[in-house]
Amino acid sequence: MDILPILSTLRRHKITAFLVIIEIALTCAIVCNAVFIISQRLDRMNMPSGVDEHRLLDIQLADIGATSDQKSRTLTDLAALRQIPGVSQVASVRQVPFGNSSSNSGIKLDTTQKSETLSATLYSGENIVPTFGVQLIAGRDLLPDEYLDFDQVVRAAAAKDAKSMPHVVLITQKMAERLWPGQQALGKQFYISDYPLTVVGVVKELIRPSIWDESAKSYSMILPMRMAHGEYVIRTATPQDRDRVLAAALAKLKEINPHRVVLKKRTMDDVRHEFFQDDRAMAGLLVGVCLALLVVTALGIVGLGSFWVAQRRRQIGVRRALGATRRNILNYFQTENFLLATIGIAVGMVLAYGINLALMVHYELPRLPAIYFPVGALSLWVIGQLAVLGPAMRAAAVPPVVATRSV
Amino acid sequence: MFSYYLDLALRSLRRNRALTALMVLAIALGIGASMTTLTVLHVLSGDPMPGSSGTLFYPQLDPRDMDSYQEGKEPPRQVTWIDGMNLLHAKRGDRQALMTGGAVPVQPAQSSLDPFYSDARYTSSDFFAMFQTPFKYGRGWSEADDDARARVVVISRTLNDKLFGGKDSTGQTLRMKDTPFRVIGVLDSWRPSPHFYDLNMDDYANTEEVFVPLTTSRDLRFDHNGSTDCWGTGGGDEEHAETQPCVWLQFWVQLGDAGKVAAYKEYLTHYSQEQKQLGRFLRPVNVRLPGLMEWLDINKVVPGDVRLQTWLAFGFLLVCLVNTVGLMLAKFLRRAGELGVRRALGASKREVFAQLLVESGVIGLAGGIGGLLLAMIGLWLVRREPSEYAALAHLDVSMLLTTFLLAIGSTLLAGLLPAWRACQITPALQLKSQ
Repeated sequence: MDILPILSTLRRHKITAFLVIIEIALTCAIVCNAVFIISQRLDRMNMPSGVDEHRLLDIQLADIGATSDQKSRTLTDLAALRQIPGVSQVASVRQVPFGNSSSNSGIKLDTTQKSETLSATLYSGENIVPTFGVQLIAGRDLLPDEYLDFDQVVRAAAAKDAKSMPHVVLITQKMAERLWPGQQALGKQFYISDYPLTVVGVVKELIRPSIWDESAKSYSMILPMRMAHGEYVIRTATPQDRDRVLAAALAKLKEINPHRVVLKKRTMDDVRHEFFQDDRAMAGLLVGVCLALLVVTALGIVGLGSFWVAQRRRQIGVRRALGATRRNILNYFQTENFLLATIGIAVGMVLAYGINLALMVHYELPRLPAIYFPVGALSLWVIGQLAVLGPAMRAAAVPPVVATRSV
Repeated sequence: MFSYYLDLALRSLRRNRALTALMVLAIALGIGASMTTLTVLHVLSGDPMPGSSGTLFYPQLDPRDMDSYQEGKEPPRQVTWIDGMNLLHAKRGDRQALMTGGAVPVQPAQSSLDPFYSDARYTSSDFFAMFQTPFKYGRGWSEADDDARARVVVISRTLNDKLFGGKDSTGQTLRMKDTPFRVIGVLDSWRPSPHFYDLNMDDYANTEEVFVPLTTSRDLRFDHNGSTDCWGTGGGDEEHAETQPCVWLQFWVQLGDAGKVAAYKEYLTHYSQEQKQLGRFLRPVNVRLPGLMEWLDINKVVPGDVRLQTWLAFGFLLVCLVNTVGLMLAKFLRRAGELGVRRALGASKREVFAQLLVESGVIGLAGGIGGLLLAMIGLWLVRREPSEYAALAHLDVSMLLTTFLLAIGSTLLAGLLPAWRACQITPALQLKSQ
């Protein structure tokens, strides 16, 4: 296919050609970035939590009146929950992964350090490791005699009584790597205010309840503290048991003490669903906009293509009369579109890169991976070819006799 | 002349329905998307206290110890009980209120209703006057009630509907956490958004259902919700929250003019120095006094996603406009013959230009109407989203006007180039080829 005649024709239609190029470039730039953001959101939504999500239930209760002995009541509740068929583990906890409400603390490797090394979430509650289904990859779980009552610890902290504070801790693998890169974390110590904690175990993953900073999302530790705040996590034997166990658990808890209000009753899947709802909405919106953009661009190409074909009817007739085949005419318009699309894509890539740079500065997005460029180019070429096919076929159908007519 | 051009425009648009529909659709899509996101942005970045936001200020002090001290960093975003009470009792502003959020168990008198938890605001008495809360029945409490830790409560209109069937419930008793409270006021519908006075909740959280004096809430150990930041020996011990080295309260002050603002800032500096001399504050004096709107800015209240969506929508509109420019150019140039005849018959370039612009204006208007419909559908979709702010997404009069201005303005802009290009046609050449 000779492209020189096409170029010379395009030179006569500078403005229209320019508009097609601009439109393709803008679409290419926006769609590349939008698809990238969508993929980021999808990655985020699939973030592993490190817990056995499909088998977990979260129930939170609150007292109506002044609370009497919380500790013994918690023990009664836990014992009753364990009796329910289909329940495999139960824990009274302070917070759950993706739960949004979190307790965090600054960590220092040395008490003389001026500022904290990092901030990590404090998970607590007896029996948390087997209940959450967290995977221990080094060391051991916390031992029953290491546990202290949470309220007692708070009082000890206020009285600066270091002896009555927890001494051991489990941390996540990510946190261990951050604190002691390339070293064995077991047996090492760090500090919360002035209180030393010794790492006795490392868990593979345990996501934080709320995530402000993606790079710190796995900085969690489990402390040996017994909780009596009315929040229970239940691990069921199978995912199918969840609904039945939840209903039974609520009935049982109400039976034990009707003077309470249920604040939360949900599966861990619900918790995750709720946590990522904004990401899901954003991804959905972006998908919608991308589709609309591609459709508008395609329709624009169809419109302009039709116009060009109509304008050049005589010219096409003359070419046909001079011996050009239908295929030649079809190829002419296809090549023309390919040329415009290629220039548009080239400009669009530069634009896409520029937009990505701006997003990196203002929205802390990572750099656009190189794979987006060839994939984006390919899809726009395909869309351009599909859009121009209709007008090009109409052009190919112009009979040679048109050349002989005066109008 | 205008009506003649209008007639010409309508005829021309009717002649090529597919192309016209394509242009109107592109404009409508672009306008619909931009107006949806712009409306959400407009609602979310609005002034929650129109008229008085300029007089409301949020003092910040730095009562922490020297641990992790870095010069020039922002002081904590809340205050301790001691500082809050000191500032409150000093009464250096026109009005001031110390407050925090929580949740209380409400025990309805009727047996048909189970007890439930309601979001509550624990605050000192100036809250209602300072934030100009509308009252349906009754009024707020007095400073004497604050001091007496009175068992009085102001409830929201929705809670009043739920518990008292919407009737005037002032003087009635409401049981919360096994304690009887006297209802002294019922608020009318009031939902400042953002929830500016306490941004520790969701930024666009609903207004609380229950308001009780802060002192009373501490007396009864009502649950505190929100953020508590401690340092040193502070462990967030709720029992002794008054003496803990923790910030967990919000303090707002109303200052009528610039002179008072300067004087208040000086007072805060003076107060910090005094506390430092007493040995309570350890860090160098670091006080700030942001106004309401500045405070919202500091807290980055408008979600980043919403800004991003707005940019995206305008990018989309731009593509739609480029598309329209191309199509209009095609359309106008196709009529070169007709325009040539008009020019030959004596129409000036100016007149042809005006005629073509009227035609683009008509497309803009149609696109605007379509865009408005799409924006309404878009906002309806936004309202179905689960975010707290979703329910706020409604079109107001100013946004309605903006829609049409944007639609017609951008289409006229898009029509400029094609119209100008079409005016350049040499009449003789067009006539000859016929």
